[in-house]
Amino acid sequence: MTMLVHKIRTFLSVYYAHMLEYRAEIVFWMLAGLFPFILMGVWMEAGAKGQFALSAVDLGRYFVAVFIVRQMSVVWVIWEFERQVVEGRLSPFLLQPIDPVWRHVAGHLCERLARAPFFVALLTAFFLFQPDLFWLPSFQNGIAALAAMVCAFVLRFLIQYTFAMLCFWTERASAVQEFWFLLYLFLSGLIAPLDVFPEEMRDFALWTPFPYLVNFPARLLVGLETDLLRSFMILGAWMVVFFVLNRLLWRLGLRQYSGMGA
Amino acid sequence: MIEVKGLSKHFNVPIKVSGLSATIKHFFNRQYRRVDAVKALDFSIKEGEFVGFLGANGAGKTTTLKMLTGLIHPSGGSVNINGHTPFDRKKEFLQDITLVMGQKQQLIWDLPAMDSLRINAAVYEISKGDFDERIEELASMLELKDKLTSPVRKLSLGERMKAEFMAALLHRPRLLFLDEPTLGLDINAQSAVRRFLKDYNTRHNATVILTSHYMADITTLCERVLIIHEGGLVHDGVLSELIENFAPFRQVKVELGSDVDKETLSKYGEVESLNGAEARLTVRRDELTEVVSKLLSEQNVLDLTVTDPPIEEIIGRVFQKGSVS
Repeated sequence: MTMLVHKIRTFLSVYYAHMLEYRAEIVFWMLAGLFPFILMGVWMEAGAKGQFALSAVDLGRYFVAVFIVRQMSVVWVIWEFERQVVEGRLSPFLLQPIDPVWRHVAGHLCERLARAPFFVALLTAFFLFQPDLFWLPSFQNGIAALAAMVCAFVLRFLIQYTFAMLCFWTERASAVQEFWFLLYLFLSGLIAPLDVFPEEMRDFALWTPFPYLVNFPARLLVGLETDLLRSFMILGAWMVVFFVLNRLLWRLGLRQYSGMGA
Repeated sequence: MIEVKGLSKHFNVPIKVSGLSATIKHFFNRQYRRVDAVKALDFSIKEGEFVGFLGANGAGKTTTLKMLTGLIHPSGGSVNINGHTPFDRKKEFLQDITLVMGQKQQLIWDLPAMDSLRINAAVYEISKGDFDERIEELASMLELKDKLTSPVRKLSLGERMKAEFMAALLHRPRLLFLDEPTLGLDINAQSAVRRFLKDYNTRHNATVILTSHYMADITTLCERVLIIHEGGLVHDGVLSELIENFAPFRQVKVELGSDVDKETLSKYGEVESLNGAEARLTVRRDELTEVVSKLLSEQNVLDLTVTDPPIEEIIGRVFQKGSVS
C-alpha cells in the first residue's frame, strides 16, 4: 500500500513538472476549446426568441458548462500512443513491470492541474463580463456533476485508448478517432443541447456513449432535469464495454506488435 | 540461463511498386511477401557471459533481441530465460532484464534525467536508500553526477546515452540486452561506455548480450560471439575461433628497396594497397610460407610483417560471401 502511494505520488509530481513545461501550449489548447462560447451567442439569440424548451439564460449557462466539461475531459492519448508505436518508443515502456497506460493517465491528470489556474482565470473574466450568466450549482448537483465529469473523462479516455490499440494493426489509428469525433460533435450536445433534438433522435442518442461525455455532466452542472440513475447506468455500461474491448485489443495487439522503429 | 530452441520469426511485408498505376493497384489489391527474419535459432547463454551478437543490417539481430526480451512474439520455437517465457511479460522477468536500444529514449525530454530516474525507482519499487546508493554508483561509474539535474534536451548525445544507461540499469537487472549501445557516440564516450559495461558485468555478474557495428565494442567486451546471417546462426564460439575459422588470410605488409607496380606484386597475393615501395597484400594462410619465401628471394625486401586482418574485415568477408559453414 505504501509503495502504491509512493508510486502515485512520484508519477504525479514528475508529470506535473512535465506539464508545467508546456504551460504556454496549455493556454493555447484551452483557448482552442472556446468553441462553446461562440455557439453560446447563437443559441442565446435563438433562445431569446422563445423557440426552445430552454431559456436564453439556461442556454448560456449550458454552454458555459459545456466549456467546463470539455476542459475537464480533454484526452489526447491516441496521438501520443500512435507516436510511441510508430517511433518505437513504446518498447522501453513495455519492458517495465507497469502497464504503460499509467504514464498516460498521470500525464492527463497533471495536465488538468496545470490547466486549472488559467481555466479559473478565464471563467472569472467571463463572468465579470457576463454577470447575468453566473450561477453556483446546488451542493447535490455539484457533487453529481463532478462525478459525471470524472466518469466522462474516464469514458473518453477509455474510448480513445481503445481506438489507440488499433495502432498495432494500422499505425494511423487516429483516423478512426477523426471519424468518431464527427459523431461526438453531433451527438454529445457540444453543438446543441439534446433538448432541441427531435424526440426520436434524442432517444437514440441517449443510448450511445456521446451524450454522457458532454450533455449529461453539463446539464447536471447547470441544474437542468436529468434521469440521474439511468444516465449513470448507461455511462457505466459503456465504460465496461470499452474497458473489456481495450484489454482484449491490448492482448491481441501485443502479439501483433513488431517493435517497429526500434 | 538463456535457452533458445528453434526460434524463428517471419513478417508479411507489403510489396509496393512505385508509380501511379502500381499505387492504385496496391490500394485495391495488396500483395505481401513473407520475410523470414529469423530462422530456427538454437543457442544457450550462461549466467555472467558477455556475448556479442553480430550480423549485417537486416540479418535478424534486433528481431532476435526483441524476441528474447518478449517485445515481439516469435512465429516458432521457444525461449526460456530463468524459467520464464519472455512474451508472458511476468513481473519477475521484467524486473530482471533491461534493453538499451541505441538512442531510443525512455527519459522525459523536457525534464532533468533525475525525474525519469525517480519514476523508474518507483516503477521498480526501489527504496529511497537503495535509490541514492545506486544513483551514486552509476553516476560515478558513468561520470555523470553533475548532469543529472539538467534537462535531458540540454545534454550532449553522449551524456544522454549515459543517462539512458542509468535509467536502464537502476533496477540492477541481471540480464542486459544492448542493441547498438554506442551508436553515434564519439571515441571518448564509446570507451567510457565500454569501461562501464565491463565494470557492471564484473561487479554484478550480469549476463550481457550486445549487438554493435563497432568492432571495438566486440573485441573489448565479448569473449563469445554469435553471428547471424540472413536470419540463421552461422557462428557460435569464442572470438579467436572466429578469426581462425573465417580468416583463412593473413595480411603481409612489405617495404621494398624501390617502387614496384601492382602487376608484379599481384602474383604473390591480392594487393590491398600500394604506395610507392610500400604494399599491403592479402595472402591465403596455407600459402603464407611459400609466398613469404618467394617475396624474400625474388624482391628486394627491406621490411616484412605478417598480421591477422582487422576483425571488421573478417566479419565483412563472412557477410559478403554468405558462404559460412
